[in-house]
This record gives sequence, C-alpha cells and structure tokens, in this order.
Amino acid sequence: MHGVVVDPIITNLTVFVLAIFVGYHVVWTVTPALHTPLMSVTNAISSVIVVGAILASGPGPFNGGSVLGTIAVALVAINTFGGFLVTERMLEMFKKKEPAKRDAGRKEDGVKK
Amino acid sequence: MSANAIALWYLLASVLFILALKGLSHPLTARRGNRFGIFGMTIAVLVTLAITRRVDFAIGALAIGGIIGYLVAKRVEMTQMPELVAGMHSLVGLAAVLIAMAVVSNPSAFGIPEPLPTGNRVELFLGTFVGMMTFSGSIIAFGKLAGLGKQFRLFSSAPVVFPGQQLTNLVIALVMLALGVMFVIARPGGEWVPFLLMTGIAFVLGILIIIPIGGADMPVVISMLNSYSGWAASGIGFSLNNPLLIVAGSLVGSSGAILSYIMCKAMNRSFFSVILGGFGGAEGATAGSAEQKSVRSGSPDDVAFLLGNAESVIIVPGYGLAVARAQHAVKEMAQKLISKGVNVRYAIHPVAGRMPGHMNVLLAEAEVPYDQVFEMEDINGDFGTADIAFVLGANDVVNPLAEEKGSPIYGMPILEAHKARTVLVNKRSMASGYAGIDNPLFYLDKTMMVFGDAKKVVEDIVKAIE
Repeated sequence: MHGVVVDPIITNLTVFVLAIFVGYHVVWTVTPALHTPLMSVTNAISSVIVVGAILASGPGPFNGGSVLGTIAVALVAINTFGGFLVTERMLEMFKKKEPAKRDAGRKEDGVKK
Repeated sequence: MSANAIALWYLLASVLFILALKGLSHPLTARRGNRFGIFGMTIAVLVTLAITRRVDFAIGALAIGGIIGYLVAKRVEMTQMPELVAGMHSLVGLAAVLIAMAVVSNPSAFGIPEPLPTGNRVELFLGTFVGMMTFSGSIIAFGKLAGLGKQFRLFSSAPVVFPGQQLTNLVIALVMLALGVMFVIARPGGEWVPFLLMTGIAFVLGILIIIPIGGADMPVVISMLNSYSGWAASGIGFSLNNPLLIVAGSLVGSSGAILSYIMCKAMNRSFFSVILGGFGGAEGATAGSAEQKSVRSGSPDDVAFLLGNAESVIIVPGYGLAVARAQHAVKEMAQKLISKGVNVRYAIHPVAGRMPGHMNVLLAEAEVPYDQVFEMEDINGDFGTADIAFVLGANDVVNPLAEEKGSPIYGMPILEAHKARTVLVNKRSMASGYAGIDNPLFYLDKTMMVFGDAKKVVEDIVKAIE
C-alpha cells in the first residue's frame, strides 16, 4: 500500500508454502504402519476449519450467515471429536506391548523345552 | 484479546498440530502426538470462542456435533475405517462451502471490507470449489467403500464409465472456471448467481471424477480426498486471513498428497491413470485360462502339519482376510505356532486393505504385537530363507508376473512369497484379483492351495495344530 506494508495475501502465501514444506518433511517420517491413524488424525486436524465456522456463527446480529455458520460448526464438530477419538482408539491397539513380551517369553520357554 | 495475542495462540496450536503428525513416526510416541493434536484443537476452539461476539449457537452446535462424533468414533468397526474417513472428508468439504457462503453473505462479520475485494473473491472461489468437490466426491467414495452399489448405481465399486466421460468432465470444469471468473468480477449484489451456479457445478464434478475409479484404486482415492479436504481448509484460511487454518490445511493437504503418491507407487500406477479411472472391477477377465493348469490343493490338516514342522513362517494377509474377519483366528494360529517355537512374522504390502495402513490397524485390533508385523521393504529379503509363506486372501500383491516384462502389472512392487521354500495359499476360489490377471504363484510345484473361507480354514488349522 505505502510500499512498506505487505499485502496480507503475500504473508498468507508465505505461511502456506512454508507449511507445505513442513508437512512434506514431517509426513515422510510417519511409519507406514500408522498411515491409517495418520489419515484419521489429519482429518481431525483439518476440522480446525471449525474456527471459521464459529466466527461465521456468531457475528452478533442473527442472519443467514450465522445459520450457515452454526450448521458448519455442528457438521465439522463431528470430525473434531470423532477424528481425535477414533485415532486414540486405534493407537490404543498399537500400544499393547505386554502381549508381545509375554509371547517372546513363551517362545523362549518352548525352545528350552 | 489483542490481535497479537490471538495470533500467538494460533501459532501455538499450529506447532501442536505439527507435533501431532511428528508423533506418528513410531507407535510408542503416537499417542502423545494425538494428545498434542487434541491440545492444539482445544486452544484453537477456546480462543475463537473468546473472540466471537455470540457463542451460544456455536457451543450448542459443538455439543451436538461432538456427541455424534463421540458415538461414531466409539462404535465404528476397524474394517469400516475407510468409510468413516471418507465420510469425515465430506463434512470438512461441506463446512468449507458453508463458511464461504457465510463470508459472501456477510463479509464484515469476518473483518473483510464490503464489497468483497478481488483477492478475497479468488480465495473464496478456490476454497468453495475444492470444498464442494471434496464433499460430493467423498460421498461417492463413502458409498463405494460401504458397498452401497446395489442400492444406488453411482456407488458401484466397479468403475462407472460412459463415452466422452473425460471430455464431459473437461467441459464442466471449464464452465465452472468461467463462473468463477464471473463471480470474481461480479458487481456488488450480483455475486450470488455465479457463486451458487459454480458451487452446484463443483458438486456434479466431484461426483463425476470419482465414479469411474474402481474399487482397487480406493486407497488412492481416499488419500486424494484427504488431500483435498486439507486444501479446502487452507483456502478458507486465505479468505479469512487465518494462518492457523492455512498451516493446518497445508499439513493435511501435503499428507494426503504423499499418501496418494505412496499408494500409486505401491500399485505401479500413475496418478493420472488412477484419476482417469476405468481400472479395477474387471474380475475374472482372464480367469478362464486357469482351468488348463493344475493346482495342488490340500486340507487345513495338511497345512497345520506343514506349519507345525516349519522353523520360520511368514504370513501374507490381504484384504480377503479382513473381509472374512479372520484376523483373530490368524492371531490365534500364530500364537500356537510361536508357542511351538516357530518364528512367525507378518508381511504387509502397502495396498493390503482399503486405505493406507489399513491392514496394520486390523492386525493391531486382533492384538497382533506390532513387532511381528513388517513392511514390504523390511521383510522381502527374508522370504528366501523362510520355510513357509502363508498367503491369506491376497493375490495381486504376491503375483510374480510383476517381475516379468510385458505383463500388465510389470514393475509393481510385490511381496516375494514365491521365494519361500513352500507356499501356502488360502483363497475362496481360483478367481483372479482386482488386476484381472492370472497368478502363476498358484501353479508352482511348491505351492499348496487351501480353498475356502479364510476364517473357517484358519480356525480348522488352529484346531489341527496340536
């Protein structure tokens, strides 16, 4: 505008491009065994769009926009809660380390006998 | 709260989301990662509620959605994860569209000047059409994955193709772009007509793009829609000048893109050939030639005998195993063998299942310890020294034709089950797999086929192992 103020679109673009690089490098470190939880957790993370929906729902005066916003909040809240919960449920299954140790012990017993 | 404070809270939430993904690099850190994600989301929601003028609607809607989400997450079966994920993508897409509409109807509520500046319009257009295509495309993907093809033809897992399909899609896409341009240059008050038309066309296009893609390509489709839902969130972030949405959206977008790439690579298919569709579902195309060749078949008792006398066994589970819900029986079988001193491992092909990593989750659900489960690259070298490769409900991913030039699946990375001393294969029949080609592995001298439902067969084997 005055030659010194950067247009917000440029700032947004900077954030966008850098975030893609971060995403690219972080996601490659995810172990293939956890690709399904990765999808469900990214699903939950993309529900951060709920931020926009909340803003849309409550500008103050009640109007068409706030109805749309409220519907959007309800829809995407399914993801926010459901996405993280189902990820937790899946990761819980991967956590069970105890049976593995017991198996290893049993295997050794078998060999000894 | 000052604008700076808000921005800093959002920054913290963004960092927590990145840590959430980072945690998934190992099963042991994954749960902590998920907690980071939940923490980040809580911050984002609370900060936003604090700066919103009227929160009663939002809190009510959050409660309703939250309860539904809770119930769904608690009740969903692990075999239904692909449908669940597809359904959730559609919600993100639809929400993006609704938010964009709210912005168009009342820009000042978001601190955007009226009439809408050109830059915001371009962003809204992009966010809306990606969001709408994510919505309708995910509904089709959901229907295909949930097997609703019988009720409604568009949900058929076989590709739905018609002449001139790609030309139709191209024309529709161009019309959509033209309407987008009209929306961007429309005079104040005249935005709605091109905007709504464009949204409607994006809905149709989302459907048309997914229907020609066959069941075998679903892992790519679901990853692709994952990516779209992220880009839609990013698009809305641009319109609202909200860096948190931009960061979270790009993380999701790049994650989905990488998963699509990995899935394409694992099927040796180019991304474009998947998108253009028409592949898969042509089952039994060359199955007729199978009859001339002879296969050796055996009973569950024979298998139990062979397994009991082996030193090392590699189990190759495929989607057929999950369909038959035989994971628990397989785990029991492995348990019995391990207690007899047999070294049992599982080999997972990247596309074993309906979505990336699906088979790992199904095995984890059956309480198979993850240190017995190996990815293709890590175990392929060990087939040569294994006594037995036991293929359960898998076909194309162990087809040695992939190593022969000129075969339709040449170049596809496979699990080298044919290198094991003995190969046991459980299948329901001699029908060919998704790729519709015969599998020479079944006719090898060292191969023994055990026909029948995977669950029944494995249960019989468990009984027969003394």
